[in-house]
Formats: sequence, structure tokens, C-alpha cells
Amino acid sequence: MRALGGHQACFPYLLLMPALVVTLAIVGWPLVETVRLSFTDAALKPTENYVGFANYAKIFNGSFPSVIARTFVWMTTSVGLKIAIGTAAATLLNASVPGRNVIRVLVMPPWIVPIAIGVFMWSWLYNGQFGMISGLGQRFGLLSGPFEFLAFKDAAFLATIVTDVWIGTPMVALYLLAAMQSIPADLHEAAWCDGAGRFYRFRRVTLPLIMPSIATMTLLSAIWTFNSFDIIWILTEGGPRDATTTMIIDTFKTAISRNRYGEGAARAVMIVIFLSLFSGVYFYLLARLARRAIRAGGER
Amino acid sequence: MIHRFRWYEYGLIYLAHLLLLIFILAPFLEALLVSLRPLNAIFSIPYRFVTPDMGFDAYVTMWKNVPLLWRYILNSLFIATSVTVLALAAIIPAAWAFARFEFRGRDAFLGAFLAVNMVGGAVLIIPLFKLMVTLRILNTYMAMIVPGAAFTIPTGIWLLRSYLMRIPRELEEAAWVDGASRLYILRRVIVPIAMPGIVVAAIATFITAYAQQFLFALTFNSVNELSPLPVGIYQFFGRQRVIWNELMAASLVGILPVLVIYVVLQRYIVAGLTAGAVKE
Repeated sequence: MRALGGHQACFPYLLLMPALVVTLAIVGWPLVETVRLSFTDAALKPTENYVGFANYAKIFNGSFPSVIARTFVWMTTSVGLKIAIGTAAATLLNASVPGRNVIRVLVMPPWIVPIAIGVFMWSWLYNGQFGMISGLGQRFGLLSGPFEFLAFKDAAFLATIVTDVWIGTPMVALYLLAAMQSIPADLHEAAWCDGAGRFYRFRRVTLPLIMPSIATMTLLSAIWTFNSFDIIWILTEGGPRDATTTMIIDTFKTAISRNRYGEGAARAVMIVIFLSLFSGVYFYLLARLARRAIRAGGER
Repeated sequence: MIHRFRWYEYGLIYLAHLLLLIFILAPFLEALLVSLRPLNAIFSIPYRFVTPDMGFDAYVTMWKNVPLLWRYILNSLFIATSVTVLALAAIIPAAWAFARFEFRGRDAFLGAFLAVNMVGGAVLIIPLFKLMVTLRILNTYMAMIVPGAAFTIPTGIWLLRSYLMRIPRELEEAAWVDGASRLYILRRVIVPIAMPGIVVAAIATFITAYAQQFLFALTFNSVNELSPLPVGIYQFFGRQRVIWNELMAASLVGILPVLVIYVVLQRYIVAGLTAGAVKE
């Protein structure tokens, strides 16, 4: 008699069928169609012609390289902040002080509420005339007058990052808190018996053990942040003067706002290539680091 | 004792908690303050937290100015629930296949599903629009539910697969030896034992589906009665004069049901995601 989990002719594929059908229809076919469109001059007109790599040549002669650079800065800053604040928050929420459970509940809402609604609230916080940040800044003498955060290039760039960090950090904190709680208590107790201080224990016990979780979260967070659309679109629509136009916003503006489907598709293809390269490099570096750590551990 | 803090350490810890909570809760506080002010008091300088004429007027008038607010709230919950049900129907069998069966191309299939995470909905918006037209589901709930489900399936498979890999396979094998069919095992053995893992996958899917209702709803649906909450409220911005106090009041009332559900269930949510997400 055959084993339940052994080699089967077709049953596992039947199990995959529902997931495969939905994924192929909603992600697979549109992806192929996007690649095809990227070689055409499709727009708001009845016919489309194949134009070879013309779209790609066009975007690389335009502002696209600077958009890539800007996206990279936006993503790395935002992910760096999310991981840093998320790790700090997880450590805080893991400290056994009275009231910890209430604080854990209060930290999660940005992750629960619809992203768009959270962003509506932020759009008022950033209001220069009547918003809280500008108002308190003036009260405490940090600002000399009303400051419209979304009207200036650098301020808008930072403002969109802060809102993105606000939305992404609770998830990172929850995930890393879970990782910290799975560390066996005896490890901390052994280190404590040996006279290790709190900070030393964090650096030498907690941090190394949650490193795999930090690495996973960094990659996931980078991909989500890269694809972040709602936040920038609602706050600035990519402005002022393109200061917050990331690759995803640029693609959407080209394809939907200006109806240049071909050029938009070429940008979309670049995003997929860019993210695949990024993940590939990330995994490669991670594997190398892990190998080196194992070798170093073996030599001792 | 190892966990005992000195008084100044308590001080520092609570100070850090306070800073974190200010950052997290400031937008909600600002929304509440704006919703309590009359419209002309919102546009007043200098900034003050409390103004004398605060009241709940906006919470009354918003039902007249946004007559569909109830619909938006229910639509949001309905769409997120449908996404969760549809996604689970795909996630449960697929996760079982990846956790227990050996078959050609297993790792490639798993990698392909995870790679879906790399493609955002905004990237595929043009072909997706065409697809919705072809399937004749433009301006229906389905146009928001099906894409929503597709983008949550990979994470769900990943979560449930790690859960299934940790539970012993003896029960399934016992049922198999007793002559139960594979589908019977899935229904009567796997689903009951894996229930905690399924609940975690369901919660993660629901939260994602609820939080991300914007782009698809904005692009694939133009029927007001079907709009989810974020799109319904987004329409405030399109008016001649943005009625900020009602906008904030409607936002807060709109998210209240899910916040209440979250507070009631938070113990299970945090504990469940904790167990499911990390111990790979």
C-alpha cells in the first residue's frame, strides 16, 4: 500500500488547483500581458503596434534613473526606521512592567485600520495652517510660522516616510516581539547568573537569536514598502514637483493618469526586475553571512 | 531577581513607552479633536487642543451628508470577510499539499507563490482592468474580492504550511491506514487539528484585506453603493469644500467596529500570530 504523503500522480496538484487558478488569473496572466504591452505603443487609441525596446529606451533617457534612485532612498530610509523602531518597540513591549498588556493593545491600531483612513488623519496632521505638528512647532518655537509639510520637496519626502513608518512599524514590532518570546528563559537566566548586564544580554543573547526574524522581516518589509502606493498617492500624488514620485507612483501616473499603457507597462516590468534583483542579492548576502557565521562558530 | 528594575529604569521604560504611544496615537487624537470642533473652529489660529465650543454635532450631521456611511462600513466588512473565505478555500488544500506531499516541482511552485508577494496590485492595474471587463465583473463586489484574495493567498499558504509541518502526521496516517479517502482526511482530520493555524491565517488575511481596500475599489468599482469605507470617505476630498470635522467623525465611527473586534480578540490575535509566524 502506498504511503499517504508519498509520490502521487496528481492528487497534490488537485490540492493546489484553487490557489493556482486564482493566482494565474489575477497575477500570472496580467504579468505576461504587462510584458507584452511594454513592447507596444498601447494608449487611448484603437490600435497598438509593436515598437521593440523603444519604451525602455525612452524611459531610460528620461527622468527614470532619478526615480529609481529616489525610490531606493525612500525604501531604505523607511525600512531602516521600521526595523529600528520596531526592534526598540518589541524590546519595550517585552519588558515585564505593569500595564504592558494595555500598551501592547494600544500600539497595534495603525496595522488594523484601513491604510487610507490612517493617511487621511495624517494629511490633517501635516496641514500647515491648522494641523497639530505645525501648531505645536510654533508654540514651542521650533517653527517661526505656519509650515506646510506637504508643499516642500524635502519635507514632503520625509512626511511620506514618517506615515509609512507609522503604518509598517506595529507589524514589525509584533513579529519581533513574538521572536523574543520564543527565546528560552534559561538562556537569559544563565547569562544573568554569570553577571551579564541588561544591555550585554540584549546584545549577546536577544539580538543574535532574533537575527533570522529581523532578516526575514527586513526583506518582506522592503518589498511591501517598495510597492507602497496608497500612502504617497493620498498625501501628495507624487508631488511637489515629483519629490515623492517613487517607481510605483511613476508607473501609475504614466499608465492611468496619462493613459500611456505601453510606457507604463515598461516601467512595471522594470519594477519586477528591480525587486527580483534586490531579493536575489539579499538572499545571496544572507547565505554568505550565515556560512561565515557557521564557519566562525566551528573554528572556536 | 532578573526582571526587577530600579526606579530610574522604570522611569526610562515608561518614558519610552510614552514616546512610542504619542507617535502611534497622535493621528487618532488629532482626528478626534477635529471631529469634535465646529467647522469654523477647525480653521482657527493659533493651534489649541481644547476649544470652548467642542461638541458631537459632526457625529449627528455626518449621517445626513454621508447617507451611505452604514453601507460603506458594512461593505468593508463584507468584502474583507469574502476575501478571507475565498482565500482560505485556496490556502487550506495548498498548504496541506506543500506540507505533506512530495511531488514534482514542489519547491518551484512554492517559490512562485512567494514571488507573487513581489508584485504589487498597482503594477498590474492595466491588465487587471481589462480582465475585469472581460469577466464582466467590473462594478461588482467580485471585482474587489477576487484580486484581494489573490494577493493574500501566498502569505496564507506560508503561514499555514509552517503550522501543518509542526503537527505530527500520525493521525492522518492512521486514518489513511483505516481506509479513509484523502479528501475525507482533509475534511475530518486536517481541518479540525489545524484549526488554530487556520484561525491565524484567517486573521492575517482578514486584516490585510480590510486594511488595503483602496486601489482596487477605486479603479474597478464606480458604484457608490458598493464602495468600501476608505473609498466612501475619500469622496469627501472631491467636494468643493472639505468638511473636515465630518470626515474625521465618519473615519472614527467607520473603524470603530473593527477596533472593538480587535480589542476583544487581541489576546488570540497576538498569541496566534506569535505562534504561527515565527517558529519556522
